[in-house]
Amino acid sequence: MNDILLFTEKMIDIAVQISFIGIAISIVLLLYRIVIGPSNPDRAVALDALGINLMAIAGLSSILIVTSKLNDVILLIGILLFIGTVALSKYMEKGVIIDRDMD
Amino acid sequence: MLSLIETWIDIILNISIVCFILVGTFFILSSSIGINRFPDVYTRLHAATKAPTLGIASILIGAFIFLYGTKGIFSGKLLLAIAFVLLTSPVGGHMLSRAAHRVGVKPVLKNQHDAYEEALKKRNIHRPGED
Repeated sequence: MNDILLFTEKMIDIAVQISFIGIAISIVLLLYRIVIGPSNPDRAVALDALGINLMAIAGLSSILIVTSKLNDVILLIGILLFIGTVALSKYMEKGVIIDRDMD
Repeated sequence: MLSLIETWIDIILNISIVCFILVGTFFILSSSIGINRFPDVYTRLHAATKAPTLGIASILIGAFIFLYGTKGIFSGKLLLAIAFVLLTSPVGGHMLSRAAHRVGVKPVLKNQHDAYEEALKKRNIHRPGED
């Protein structure tokens, strides 16, 4: 019975390494879109997806090194990603991020 | 007998962790391929805001089960991160699509008309991106 348990624990390690490879390929594809994007909203879309991939890498790292200290990092990456996306879209839309005319 | 049941529970938890992680990686990778393959900003937004939400939720649920099974930590921050991504990803996609339409990116349309453009013209809404 313990052999099956050790086999499944080894399977988790292999699955985490496969996931790291897959997300690395995903980040390379997104960087290609960021570099050659035809317009600026394309680049913003790709940057939004890149932040999601960073959250996935932080979650996989917390499985690889068995720790719970990376959970704050995951939550903080999510919050900063949302603020960055909103700021980028408002900048592309109006040219200013914080408009002060109260009309 | 009790230790046997605990061993089986650990085995089932490990297999579920593997399934969650691999499914999340598949969805994130397929969304990235979609961002490279689609012809337009709006269709790229369709690929970039739906599939990675499911992928990151799956991976974080896998990490949650792993931490709960090995160290006995009930980490609520991971669940909070899942809820936050579920809330903010559609909002970000909506703002990006509106910004792209105001900047002037034309959608690739076949036998259809741009309904948002016609609605803006009908209401005479001032658009600062065009003038």
